Amino acid sequence: MNFTFHRKHISGILAVIPAHERSFVEEMKNFNFPESRSLKLKEVMGYDKHRLVEPGVCVSDLAVCGLEHLFKNGLLRREEFDALILVTQSPDHFMPPTSSIIQGRLNLKHDLFCLDINQGCAGFLIGLMQAFLLLEQESIRKVVLINADVLSRKTSPKDRNSYPLIGDAASITLVERDAEDSVIHANLKMDGTRHEVLMIPAGGLRLPSTPETALLEDVGDNNLRAKDHLRMDGSAVFNFVQVEVPPLIEDLLASAGASMDAVDYFICHQANRFMLQKLADKMKVPYAKMPSNVVTHFGNSSGVTIPMAITFNLADRLRTGHARVCLAGFGVGLTWSSMLMRLGGLSFCEMIDYP
Amino acid sequence: MKSLAEILKEIRPEFNFSTSTDFMADGMLDSFDMITLVATLDKTHGISIQGVDIVPEHFKNLQAIDALLRKYGIRP
Repeated sequence: MNFTFHRKHISGILAVIPAHERSFVEEMKNFNFPESRSLKLKEVMGYDKHRLVEPGVCVSDLAVCGLEHLFKNGLLRREEFDALILVTQSPDHFMPPTSSIIQGRLNLKHDLFCLDINQGCAGFLIGLMQAFLLLEQESIRKVVLINADVLSRKTSPKDRNSYPLIGDAASITLVERDAEDSVIHANLKMDGTRHEVLMIPAGGLRLPSTPETALLEDVGDNNLRAKDHLRMDGSAVFNFVQVEVPPLIEDLLASAGASMDAVDYFICHQANRFMLQKLADKMKVPYAKMPSNVVTHFGNSSGVTIPMAITFNLADRLRTGHARVCLAGFGVGLTWSSMLMRLGGLSFCEMIDYP
Repeated sequence: MKSLAEILKEIRPEFNFSTSTDFMADGMLDSFDMITLVATLDKTHGISIQGVDIVPEHFKNLQAIDALLRKYGIRP
């Protein structure tokens, strides 16, 4: 499915990262694997450090911290945005929507469109699409898009498949109308037949959490995880990305009439370094144009990794200048999406620690 | 240059890979070992095995890996 959005742009990005940092080497003893094997994996996948929330910290805590930072520093006024979209897979509660909790905790105005979206690694692009659609309404002047996840709280520390790469974080992206006649091209695909490839089996109504679903089990791969934990079929996810994403981006560029060379940066979801370098090799994109360093420094925080890759790698350039960027998100659902836009002139593009 | 047997021995020293016809089924390689193997083969031979080729059937046994390397112009 192809989309075009006219006269919309991103005007600021803030990433909020837990101050609590853990290292892969410290955590190796928790895994049921010889250290030598884990160290080889560290080198290939780019695992080093990741940022995790302390027990009890929720998505709304990270989001409120980020918005308060913007208000306090005069980067955003509390009355100047008319919609607040939160994309998360780890809400504070089943109900109410966490976006409403954020609105309430900050005493934001009642004339505010609050919306939660349950999405993951493609969630930045899906959130942007929703923001662009809301901005078609005259009454909506600016949209605050929050991507946030604290999935470390739903990942087994004894699961070497998932735990080393998980990171917790939030991002706040300000989206508004563009005075220039700009065009953003996007595309999106979904395949729910493969929904079990990335899932948390228990905790919803299909399989409620019980003492039994909290028991750690070895399902045959030397990793211990419970049904309450995130489960990822690494091989299936890897194959999905390598098969589906290159043609998706080729189609996007073809529909936009743009060549690969005309793109300054390919900012992809930061799954892990190996996966991204294989993607770059397949697409014949130099590694310097496709950053893959977020997992190494912060961990993979689902829908937050694209804005985090931007703030970590391109902040100086995008505060003063512009770049043509191709964004690509892929993951839970399964969902895969890409977007081509001119990005820059940002009024803020930075990272802060929580708390 | 390291041979395939030497590379596999480095990754999982506890196994004799010449006796198995299915490394995955026999529990000798898991999906993360496969990734370590690909990264080592890439570096050793100066190639980049494409993501779409990184599937268990291409790493099932010595013959399958040899066939994959031939596809990238590497004669074992």
